[in-house]
Order: sequence, then C-alpha cells, then structure tokens
Amino acid sequence: MTKATFLPVVAGLALCAAGAWAETPVLQVYTYDSFTSEWGPGPAVEAAFEETCACDLQFVGAGDGAALLARLQLEGPSTDADIVLGLDTNLTAAANATGLFAPHGVNADLSLPIAWDDPDFLPFDWGYFAFVGNKGEAAPASLQELADSDIQIVIQDPRSSTPGLGLLMWVKAAYGDEADDIWAGLADNIVTVTPGWSEAYGLFLEGEADAVLSYTTSPAYHLIAEEDASKVAWGFEEGHYLQVEVAGKLAGSDQSALADQFLAFMVTDAFQSIIPTTNWMYPAATPAEGLPAGFETLLTPSKALLLSADDAAAVRDAALDEWRTALSQ
Amino acid sequence: MAHSPFTIKLRWPGALAGALVLLLTLGTLGAVAWQAEWVGGLSPADYAAIRFTVLQALASAAISTMLAIPVARALARRQFRGRSILITLLGAPFLLPVIVAVLGLLMIFGRSGLLNGGLAWLGLPGFSIYGFHGVVMAHVFFNLPLATRLILQGWLAIPAERFRLTASLNASVWQLLERPMLRAVAPGAFLVIFLICLTSFAVALTLGGGPRATTVELAIYQALRFDFDLGRAALLAGIQFLLCACAALVVWRLSTADMLSGGMDRRVQRWDSGAAWLDMLVISAAAIFLSLPLAMIVFRGLPGLVDLPVSVWWAAARSISVALVSALLCSGMAVALALWGGRFVAVVGVLPLAASGLVIGTGAFLLIYPVMNPAKAALVVTALVNATLALPFALRALEPGIDTAKRDFDRLAASLGFGPWRFARMIILPRVRRPLGFGAGLAAALSMGDLGVIALFAGDAQETLPLAMYRLMGAYQMQSAAGAGLLLLGLSLSLFWIFDKGGRAHAQM
Repeated sequence: MTKATFLPVVAGLALCAAGAWAETPVLQVYTYDSFTSEWGPGPAVEAAFEETCACDLQFVGAGDGAALLARLQLEGPSTDADIVLGLDTNLTAAANATGLFAPHGVNADLSLPIAWDDPDFLPFDWGYFAFVGNKGEAAPASLQELADSDIQIVIQDPRSSTPGLGLLMWVKAAYGDEADDIWAGLADNIVTVTPGWSEAYGLFLEGEADAVLSYTTSPAYHLIAEEDASKVAWGFEEGHYLQVEVAGKLAGSDQSALADQFLAFMVTDAFQSIIPTTNWMYPAATPAEGLPAGFETLLTPSKALLLSADDAAAVRDAALDEWRTALSQ
Repeated sequence: MAHSPFTIKLRWPGALAGALVLLLTLGTLGAVAWQAEWVGGLSPADYAAIRFTVLQALASAAISTMLAIPVARALARRQFRGRSILITLLGAPFLLPVIVAVLGLLMIFGRSGLLNGGLAWLGLPGFSIYGFHGVVMAHVFFNLPLATRLILQGWLAIPAERFRLTASLNASVWQLLERPMLRAVAPGAFLVIFLICLTSFAVALTLGGGPRATTVELAIYQALRFDFDLGRAALLAGIQFLLCACAALVVWRLSTADMLSGGMDRRVQRWDSGAAWLDMLVISAAAIFLSLPLAMIVFRGLPGLVDLPVSVWWAAARSISVALVSALLCSGMAVALALWGGRFVAVVGVLPLAASGLVIGTGAFLLIYPVMNPAKAALVVTALVNATLALPFALRALEPGIDTAKRDFDRLAASLGFGPWRFARMIILPRVRRPLGFGAGLAAALSMGDLGVIALFAGDAQETLPLAMYRLMGAYQMQSAAGAGLLLLGLSLSLFWIFDKGGRAHAQM
C-alpha cells in the first residue's frame, strides 16, 4: 500500500471509530476477573444492561478485589474507569481515601443482614465466610472448637487474598483482644496458607485438607451446577463474618449519567437475579422471584459479624501482626 | 568493552538488547520508586522474610546443583533409546505454571497423595510435605531439570579431541576434563537457581505451611496489592537486586574459566565407561521423581480436556503467538549480547533473574499508562518481558559456545576479511545451533506459562492460557482448569521440543 492510499484509509478508520463512539457511549466497569469470565455474571449483566441503555458496557477484569483497587490507584485521577465493581468492606476505606469516588445517590431496598448507609459504595451482593467441608465428617460448631480439634484446614493469606483478610476480621470481630489465642489454637489445624482462594479451594478438592475457608454459598455451586450434595458449610456459634461486595462511581467519569443509570440498574431484579448462580453469592436486593432452588438448603448463620470500613482499616495492621506471630511459632 | 581482545566486533545490537533489559528491570523499579511516597523502612517481619528467602534459596540451589551433577554425568556418557525424549520431558517442571506443578506434586507427596497412601498401606507414619523441606523439595523439582540441562551443556561442550587425548594419555577424565568443566559451569547453574528461588512466591507460601514461609516476593505483592505502598515495594525489590548482586559476585569469584583450546566439532567418543548400572540408577531415580507428578497432571487433566470451552482454545492460540515472538526476541537478544561479551553483559545476563515479576509489571504499567491504554499493549509487553526473563537462560546456554568460537576463529576470520555479520552468520551461528535452539525453546515455553505481566495488563479479549486457567479455577471450574493445565503442559513441551530439536538437527557433524 502506498502512502497516498494508506493515509486516507487510516483517516477513514479513525472517522468510523469516532463516529461509532459518538453514537454509542461506552461505560467502562473495572471488576475482578471471575465477575467478567464467561461463567461469571459479566456476560449476562452486559446483555441485560445494554438492552436498556443504548450504550456499550465494557468490563475490564483486573485480578481480584485488592488488585482492582491497586489498578485504580496506579491509574489515579486519569483512569478510564466509570465504575469500579467488586471491592469489599475491607477495601472501601482505602478506596475512599483515594478521593476518586463520588456518592452513588441510589435509594434501594436492600436485603442485607445488616443496615447499609455508605453514601459512596453500593452493595451488589454479599455472602458469609464459612469453612466448607465434606458431608458426614466431623464438623466443629465454633472457631474455638475448631482450634481445639485436630481437624486440618487450608486458609488464604490475608496479605494477598480477600477471603484471607475476611477470616482475619472474622476472628477479630468475634474475639477482639483474645484473637491471638484463637490463632495460636488454630496454628496446628492449618495445613497451609495459600496466596488466593483458587489455590486453597483446589487443595481442598484434592483432599489436602478436611475443610477450606470459603463461603456458605459454596455448597450451592456443587449442588446446583454439579448436582453434588457432598459439601457442607460449618455453622459457627460466634457468628459468621460478612463479605459485602460493592460498586462505586468514579468522580472523574466522563459518562456520569450513564454510570448513575448503571448503579440504579445494579439493584434491580434484572441484575440481581443473575448473581446467585453465576457469582455464587446472595443478591444485595432479593429479586421478586426469590432465590434459586437449592439456596434454601444453605446454612443461615445465627449472627452476622461485620466491622465497619473504618474499624476494619484501623485494626488491620495489628491483626496481621497477631496472625503472623501466632502462626510463625 | 574497551579492551576487547577480538578483532571482529559488533556492538550496537548487544547494546540495544542490554538497554532493553536495563529498562525492564532497573527502569521499571525506578518507575515504581518515582511514584512512591516514602514512609518508613523495613519491619521486623520484612527481615524475617529476607532471612527465610535467602535460606530456602541457598538450600534449593545447593541441592538442585549437587543432584544435577550425577544426573548430567550419567546422561552425558550413556546413549539409550528415548534419551532425547527423556531430556525434553525432564525440562517440563520448570516450564509449568506454579499451581499446576504444585498440584501435581501434591498428588504424589501430599496428605492424600500416592506416597502417603503407600505409607499407610505399609502401616508407616505419614509424611507431611508442608514446611521448609517441602519448599526446598518443590524448588528442586522445578530446578533440577534446569540445573541438569545447564551442566549437561557443559559436558557436551567438551570437544571430542580432549576425550581422545585423555584416553591416549590414559589419564583420568574426571581429573583432567570433568572437574575443571564443573568448576566453570556448576557455580553458574547454582547462581541461576539461587536467583530463581529468591523471587519465589506461590510455591514457598503454598508448601511452606504458613507465614513462616514468607518470601520477599510475597511482601512485595502485599505492598503493591493490599497496602499500595509503592515505596516499600521498591525498597524490597531493591533488596532483591542487592542479594542478587552479592550472590553474583561470590559466584564469579569462585568460578574459573575453562581455557583449553577448541576442537574440530567431532562426535564425542568415550573410552572411560564407569559403572553403567549406577548411571542408569541415577537417571531412573531422577526420571521417577520428576515424571510421576507430571503423570498425575496428565491423569488429572484428561477428563477436563475433552470439553474445554472455546475461549480456552483462543487463549491458547494467543499464548502460542506470544511465545513465538518472545522466543525470537530472546534468541536475537542473547546472540547479540553473547557476541558483545564482557562484564556488562554478565550483569545484564543475571539482572532479569533477580527482578520481581510484580515490580516489572507495575513499573511497565506506570511507564505505559500515560502514553496509551495498557490493555492495547498487553500482548506486546508480555512478549517483551518474557523474552527478557528468559534471556539469562538463553545467554547462559549460548555464551560458552560463542566464546569458544570467537576465541578459535576470530583471527582466522579477520584475516579472511570477514565482517561482523558474516562472521556471526557463517562461523558463530552454525556452532551454537544447539544452545540457541535450547534457549529459544526455553523462552517460548517459559512465555507460555507466564502469568506475571499479563494479569495486570490484560483487557477483555486478551487472556493468555495461564490466565484463562486461573480464571477457570476462580469460577469453581476445577476440572476445566485441570484440562487447561494439561493443554498448557502439552503446548509448552511441544514448543520447547520443536525448538530444541531444530537446534539439534545438524548438531552432529
């Protein structure tokens, strides 16, 4: 191709691209990998929202929740993201501190087991952390009982994984100043600590441990997707720590109205009914048709534990030190 | 190099390659440090992590290298059916994504693995892999093949004439040839493995059994992902480079150059036989240790391979193209650098090993983000970074051959009026086909299995096979993930085998 023909082609392509862009606005949503994978909620959510918005919804997967926030911090105010979806309450204090987020402005009737009043971050789903083991095997009834037993568990590292951090907060919320005793008691139960959820769950399924730190909803996956009822979540007397997954709107978004529209859409039935069997979590606002069959078999903890975003941020470093000291003996 | 003893010189391609390596290692570190807000230094936990990191790396490197010597020696002096397939297969652990290899190991040595099954059947107490010994064992599993290959190259580089000479003198091959060769080659192999283990993260944590097994790389991960403390990440990455520098200095002091004259590239004949049964025992032991976990990966992956989602095949195609580009780049850079030679190249040749993959990724992101959308550059950057990360291995494999060829033919070629390009094409390249094929194969295979950079950069339709595998695991799709792991193993090995075979096609003159 000569230069003379090449340049007009490039200009033409650029014009087409610009034209297409002008017609359909693009909404960029940064999220974690498993949300946007083909088994996650991403594809269905994209189709459902694009039916109503006359826009192009683009998910950008960025590792897990923590990596997602780090990505945003790397990009800073010039980020292309309009929405960040997939942070949890252990991360929202740090996310807020970036000053990049704007109030969500949505008034929704949420079905969380706790009251929600964060003006910046809006929940899209939630779940209880729980140890998941095999049906018919010994199941301790509390963290204390687990610590006293010789049951073998695998957990995630709170320094590299959000469930790992969740367990740290769970022990802290349940035991406060005595958290280090629990960790000292758990030390001989812990087969190993993995960098992330996938490795831990993989080790559990390979039979390396009697149980793994996951969610009360994990057995629902095996039951509904694999028709395998052999996995159970252990109910603990101390209560179960909550993971509330939230989305927030970037203050610097160039699609502010569209971002608002997405956040409002996020708590409608069209979005929420996708969540249970794709993200394997509870929807933040239970849809009119209720939860899918199989969810009624799941453990309902007697008590929900959750540290506020500020408390979680405040106790984190000390709790990490306790954890490391107790498990390094 | 100011005082090159050689007449024929070609500097700028080497300088270009060297500059790229510096940019991707120290440059990315600089980019991270530049963005950092510096608060406080290292915590006691960081010092504990440094201590653990160095200790496990020393143990892993020492054991891998010591075990590799008898294996390489046995392979060097025995010819048997399947030898070349065995050598290729033995390279597999090194090329695997960590989690695949770890799961393979656990199916043998884990709590419900074959070993414990056997022990329980015999009524013996169980064996726990979790702990310091498990970390070292996994690192030996990963690196014994690499050490064996590096040392085997040394054996194969001994010219046939010297074996003939030694035999005619009725002298000891070990005294005269093998020990000096090992003194020249083994410290380098030790250094490479020490540095690989220095930046270990997931293996150490998963098999270490808890936070005792915290490595510097995990501390970097925490600093970058959870604390967003770029200063601490940069500081820790700097410490990794410092450790690397210390190790490299010690090793360079210890190793001696092999200064015998060159040969005529004849086929090696051996007159010293040694005990054949002992050699076969050594080879069998290594083959069993390395291949059992691989067999388990195949066994585990087969059911999932049948109905892999289409997206995984696309990811595989993407990975193959990245791997091919990376292999080409890596070989080109390695030849350019080896031709240039000298201390600078020696430094450039180990820097990528000491670099933290996370810091490279983050730094590259910071460098690219102001200019363009990182997702658009994802595959290019992945190929570049992987070529750089594989460079130390390719360079290490190439250098002895290129040095020898330069030493032996420089004056002759100069007197015939050869220019640098002609010298490289006609004299050097034919002589280093074998290590070049090995290096390119290694670069391709390493690039197939890499997860570091792409995880940060990849946009929607750019996931590579390892990333697709991790995403499958994250979505409870463990069976498909195992299938993808097997596909990855197969593709990595095939790429490696094709390049390696290509390099050996005309190796025997």
